[in-house]
Amino acid sequence: MDLTGAEIVVQALKEEGVEYVWGYPGGAVLHIYDALFQEKALQHILVRHEQAATHAADGYARATGKVGVALVTSGPGATNAVTGIATAYMDSIPMVILTGQVPVPFIGSDAFQEVDITGITRPCVKHNFLVKRTEDIAETMAKAFYIARTGRPGPVLVDIPKDVTDPGVRVPFEYPKKVSMRSYKPVEKGNTRQVRKAVDLMVKARRPVVYTGGGVVLGEASEDLRKLIAHTHFPVTNTLMGLGSIAASDDHFLGMLGMHGTYEANMAMHEADLIIAVGARFDDRVTGKLAQFCPNAKIIHVDVDPASISKNVRVDVPIVGQVKPVLKDMLKFLKERKSGPDKAALKEWWARIKTWRDVDCLKYANSDKVIKPQYAIETLHKVTRRRNFYLTSDVGQHQMFAAQFYPFEKPRRWINSGGLGTMGFGLPAAMGVQQAFPKATVACVTGEASIQMCIQELATCAQHDLPLKIILLNNGYMGMVRQWQEFFYDKRYSHSYVDALPDFAKLAETYGHVGMTIENPGDLEAAYKEAFGMKDRLVFMNVIIDPEENVYPMIEAGKGHHEMHMSPHLSAERELA
Amino acid sequence: MRHIISVLIENEAGALARVSGLFAARGYNIESLTVAPTEDATLSRMTIVTHGDEMIIEQIIKQLNKLVDVVKLLDLSEGPHIERELMMVKVKAEKGMREEMKRMADIFRANIIDVTDCSYTIELTGAGEKLDAFLQAVNDDLIMEVVRSGPLGISRGEKGLGLSTNS
Ligand SMILES: Cc1ncc(C[n+]2csc(CCOP(=O)(O)OP(=O)(O)O)c2C)c(N)n1
Ligand SMILES: [Mg+2]
Repeated sequence: MDLTGAEIVVQALKEEGVEYVWGYPGGAVLHIYDALFQEKALQHILVRHEQAATHAADGYARATGKVGVALVTSGPGATNAVTGIATAYMDSIPMVILTGQVPVPFIGSDAFQEVDITGITRPCVKHNFLVKRTEDIAETMAKAFYIARTGRPGPVLVDIPKDVTDPGVRVPFEYPKKVSMRSYKPVEKGNTRQVRKAVDLMVKARRPVVYTGGGVVLGEASEDLRKLIAHTHFPVTNTLMGLGSIAASDDHFLGMLGMHGTYEANMAMHEADLIIAVGARFDDRVTGKLAQFCPNAKIIHVDVDPASISKNVRVDVPIVGQVKPVLKDMLKFLKERKSGPDKAALKEWWARIKTWRDVDCLKYANSDKVIKPQYAIETLHKVTRRRNFYLTSDVGQHQMFAAQFYPFEKPRRWINSGGLGTMGFGLPAAMGVQQAFPKATVACVTGEASIQMCIQELATCAQHDLPLKIILLNNGYMGMVRQWQEFFYDKRYSHSYVDALPDFAKLAETYGHVGMTIENPGDLEAAYKEAFGMKDRLVFMNVIIDPEENVYPMIEAGKGHHEMHMSPHLSAERELA
Repeated sequence: MRHIISVLIENEAGALARVSGLFAARGYNIESLTVAPTEDATLSRMTIVTHGDEMIIEQIIKQLNKLVDVVKLLDLSEGPHIERELMMVKVKAEKGMREEMKRMADIFRANIIDVTDCSYTIELTGAGEKLDAFLQAVNDDLIMEVVRSGPLGISRGEKGLGLSTNS
């Protein structure tokens, strides 16, 4: 069967089981768009800015575990997509991004809408390709999907010059059944000798902590983690990216760790004698000052990416492998042992952890006059807990409040930009999630600064009937920036006040959605109920919150885990006691 | 410590940029990098000389391995190996100085590969220190131009870097 290059692109997507493509047309991809025009099996979702196409594909990938796909034109279309590509790269999200390119003979001539997108994205993709011949499209597409989803997942970009998809050129089409590359062989199982070494340390440990990250979510290993924890009774903490990989209601869960993590999680890390790091990468927001990180602990590190191991922190037992089979082996070897972890020591350890827990570090002073962001998230949980619920977030204080106050019970339910911290991510990511799960309740918690970075997507939601629930925690500030300025710049709030705000409720209405403004704490729950009751409508809730609330606890950048700032409210209460 | 790393990489457009970009983006030191196709036209072989403590070298090797285009690599410094570098030096060789310059080349087992009425071009192969020594031995004022290839390396004996060899 002979096909044009454009038809091959579309066929390849179908071969890969792609259901949705988020995109935006332009000259260099017109042939591909023409092939899509006749296509029934693939749904194309027209966004309003290419950044949103990548974030939506990314949100879809995070929620489903499948490869998200975006299609954009050359030049400005491609550069607009870069932020979304880098966002996916930092969080290891499987994506394939198709970019148009000027025809091969024009490459390098500064042709109209030419940009060297493989050059620009090289440092923020897992891999990229420039396809120069129609004959190479099928194989390249197969490789792109294979690379994106295997090993440590990541975005792969395929740059396709316009002449390669020319309708006048037809070539035989056959899609590779299997991809095998001599230069790319992702690891599977971990080395069992190393796993046994790890188990040796685990049974000897007196103060162990399991610290897990996004890798457990990406590696579909939540159930294996739960079993390991149930068997060992070890305490477990998650990174921002790992939330949901262990149920928040599990007694062994200490909450999130790191800069805005809980007192008990950070103190446990600091005092631990064994850290079992699983699918986590010792990011600086997690470790704080490296010299003071887990000063007394031996470290076991399980990761699919060898380069993640001993990058920031030297580890004692490195285990390179897929998280899932390694956790399975760990449990198996533990069960084979006559004696398990030291029960008495663990009991003592849990008693210490309880004293840290009793501090109740997330406690805040609620108010009946002004809505506190913490209360807004707690109430959100109350109203949505029985739903099939997904929460995306933008970046700032609202993100941290959501991470701290919404207890996630399952993986892939908390969707946010951790590594890159991309404002503008929340709304388009939610579009991707809703597209994947039309019946689920998908909400986006955002700030008045973040939402304005991709607000044009309200139009996409209208066109494609996406009944998202947007919860704007409106403090009138770039809250997270203001908080740093309050702490470290003597309250000089340089350019962090978000002035000239639109009436968000009205704005949502002009896009054809439902808008609400909520100012009284007493009205919040009823408003949420009303909003979440509107099954088929996007509801934009402009929740006016306390303008100067801060996120606590907080470890300043470059400080150790034991040097946490606690909420002043909490410190005052403790002094009284 | 100084390390010399040999890399077999797919002979694809952009492969070199991926390697040099990696070193630039991650702030790794790079002293020299040479690259050329191998007997297998689909593969290129790179020789990279770099410096760093153990943890950095470990990261460099892991990050190189992580590049999708890299097929195999070997840190030659970990075992017995041979290094050679090629240098061409153009020196002033006017009447009266030509004999002296020729003698110098002979001492270093260098070859004079081009002659004009005012210059010699001398070719010298060897370990980096030998090339340095030659440059030190020649009066600075006489050196017109120097070009060095950067070291190439190959391991000794059984061990090696090939598609079929164990490394
Ligand atoms: C694209 C981008 N630009 C700048 C920043 C730096 N930044 C981090 S949080 C923040 C403020 C966010 O304000 P808002 O969305 O109102 O959230 P809040 O902190 O008030 O909850 C800024 C500017 C960023 N993370 N992303
Ligand atoms: Mg704000």
